Amino acid sequence: MKTVFQKPEAMTDVPMHYCPGCTHGIIHRLVAEAIDSLGIREQTIGVASVGCSVFAYDYFNCDMQQAAHGRAPAVATGIKRVRPEAMVFTYQGDGDLASIGMAEIVHAAARGENITVVFVNNAIYGMTSGQMAPTSLLGQKTATSPRGRTVEEMGYPIKMCELLATLDGPAYLSRVSTHDSRHVLQAGKAIKKAFEMQQQKKGFAMVEVLSTCSVNWGMTPANALKWMAENMVPYYPLGVYRDVTAKEGN
Amino acid sequence: MAKTLMKGNEALSEAAIRAGLKAFYGYPITPQNEVPAYMAEHLPLRGGVYLQAESEVSAINMVYGAAGAGVRVMTSSSSPGISLKQEGISYIAAAQLPCVIVNVVRNGPGLGGIQPAQGDYFQAVKGGGHGDYHMIVLAPGNVQEMADLTTLGFDLADKWRNPVMILGDGILGQMMEPVEFAENQEPVNVEKPWATTGAVDREPNIVNSLDIIPEKAEKNMQALLAKYEKIKEEEVRWQEDGTEDADVILVGYGTSARVARSAMELARKEGLKVGLFRPITLWPFPEQRLRELAKPGRKFLAVEMSAGQMIEDVRLAVNGVSPVYLSNRLGGMVPTPEDVLTKTRDIVQGRVN
Ligand SMILES: Cc1ncc(C[n+]2csc(CCOP(=O)(O)OP(=O)(O)O)c2C)c(N)n1
Repeated sequence: MKTVFQKPEAMTDVPMHYCPGCTHGIIHRLVAEAIDSLGIREQTIGVASVGCSVFAYDYFNCDMQQAAHGRAPAVATGIKRVRPEAMVFTYQGDGDLASIGMAEIVHAAARGENITVVFVNNAIYGMTSGQMAPTSLLGQKTATSPRGRTVEEMGYPIKMCELLATLDGPAYLSRVSTHDSRHVLQAGKAIKKAFEMQQQKKGFAMVEVLSTCSVNWGMTPANALKWMAENMVPYYPLGVYRDVTAKEGN
Repeated sequence: MAKTLMKGNEALSEAAIRAGLKAFYGYPITPQNEVPAYMAEHLPLRGGVYLQAESEVSAINMVYGAAGAGVRVMTSSSSPGISLKQEGISYIAAAQLPCVIVNVVRNGPGLGGIQPAQGDYFQAVKGGGHGDYHMIVLAPGNVQEMADLTTLGFDLADKWRNPVMILGDGILGQMMEPVEFAENQEPVNVEKPWATTGAVDREPNIVNSLDIIPEKAEKNMQALLAKYEKIKEEEVRWQEDGTEDADVILVGYGTSARVARSAMELARKEGLKVGLFRPITLWPFPEQRLRELAKPGRKFLAVEMSAGQMIEDVRLAVNGVSPVYLSNRLGGMVPTPEDVLTKTRDIVQGRVN
């Protein structure tokens, strides 16, 4: 019998704790598929962050470290500098990367640290049950912006790809989405590319993946995907913000 | 090897490189700046990595990553920077990662000043970060010990899979003394089968401090505490001099112990029976030996460059058997032997209570 679908080798065979409809599971799979297709599982050291994906160390079938909230890029730097032959990636949420870990991500990017960052932007703090994130949209209602996010009180959402694109350090910056299968396929390609960048020692590579949090957004999974396409994608334009290999013409 | 004249900060750096240091992650702060400067100069040429982090928070997390990846790694800072490292130290202790952290203590709290002090004692030996954990804390008393205890620190860190702090101060870091390094020191290669090095022909290794199932978390904590008990049994170090017949035993570590030694010598010349007890491990604290030394009629005088922090451990150790007094200076002021001698005389003559 021909196998048409199976678990990537870079994923473990344990039940995930994610809520129904959450896109973290899809993004985990994309990361694992990228690792499998490049044949780098035995070289890979992943860094889980603090957020809903904190248990990523149980889901990826490779060596893993669990980092303090926001510090994953520093932990990854510490690993990569002493094991340059390893493929090191971080997997971080928006509270982790764009709020408490802003210094760590900016400086890792500025140094052109040769690591791969998977940045899952779901516009909310999922793990702590739905508080406002630095990426929450204007007007978005959360546990800590119950009347909706306003510019006067909370300022503007942070666009990480655009922000990091002002630096010379990054080799690859891309924003993708998971609101339909076509975009999921594109996201997979971008994640693979971000690992290839590291393999080719090009430097810092980050893929921002727009993601849903239907439970904390208070929507059905289907409506959450629709809301993401209609609200997040316009504010966070998809595309490649930096690709040093494009200049080289390949 | 011939003796060379070195600053304490340089001596400990050289010792760390000789101990097989593979990475140093730091951030500038006085009075420890000679450490990163020495590392930047020498480490990359001798097989290691030097990186200036964006903050102490990042530096300690880089240490976490590299320690988890199985190499000898260290960071250094001074008081305000060490405060920023506390989160990372707690994670490192919980994940049971070996590393060496140097604190060249300056006066505080707050931004404080850049003068030598010992006000970080509680932070170093009682936890500092969140949760139930301990670092092994070593207190050098001269430049040679800045080097030797750093060497020992790496060995203890690996042996116990535990963070080790070298608790110095601005004087020990800045002053120059002759120092000698062992000839042909072999780089130590400790097996670290738990480290994240790439899961080749084995199950993945996970470096982690998260424990959300209380039953499991309690068991893991008990295992951690059992390790601490063994460290207490095996690793206590101290030095004592003239304690046998002493009516007053001066207790001090680091720079304070140097002052106390001078005070003891002055007192002995006056015919006062004064001894010196110098803890070398501040955690584990040599409480057993102090307990043995305590007896009715004998008095203890803690000499400190803080408001009186180590004195609490001395009191716990002697447990009311002997009275314990304090001779201290604050704000980066260093006690003089005369200060300590005066207090000693007062104690002998019953002028203090
Ligand atoms: C120092 C520290 N502050 C706060 C927390 C609590 N905390 C845990 S997860 C989290 C937010 C994570 O949100 P995000 O990074 O957006 O990831 P998500 O859960 O949405 O996937 C916070 C604030 C913590 N663990 N540590």
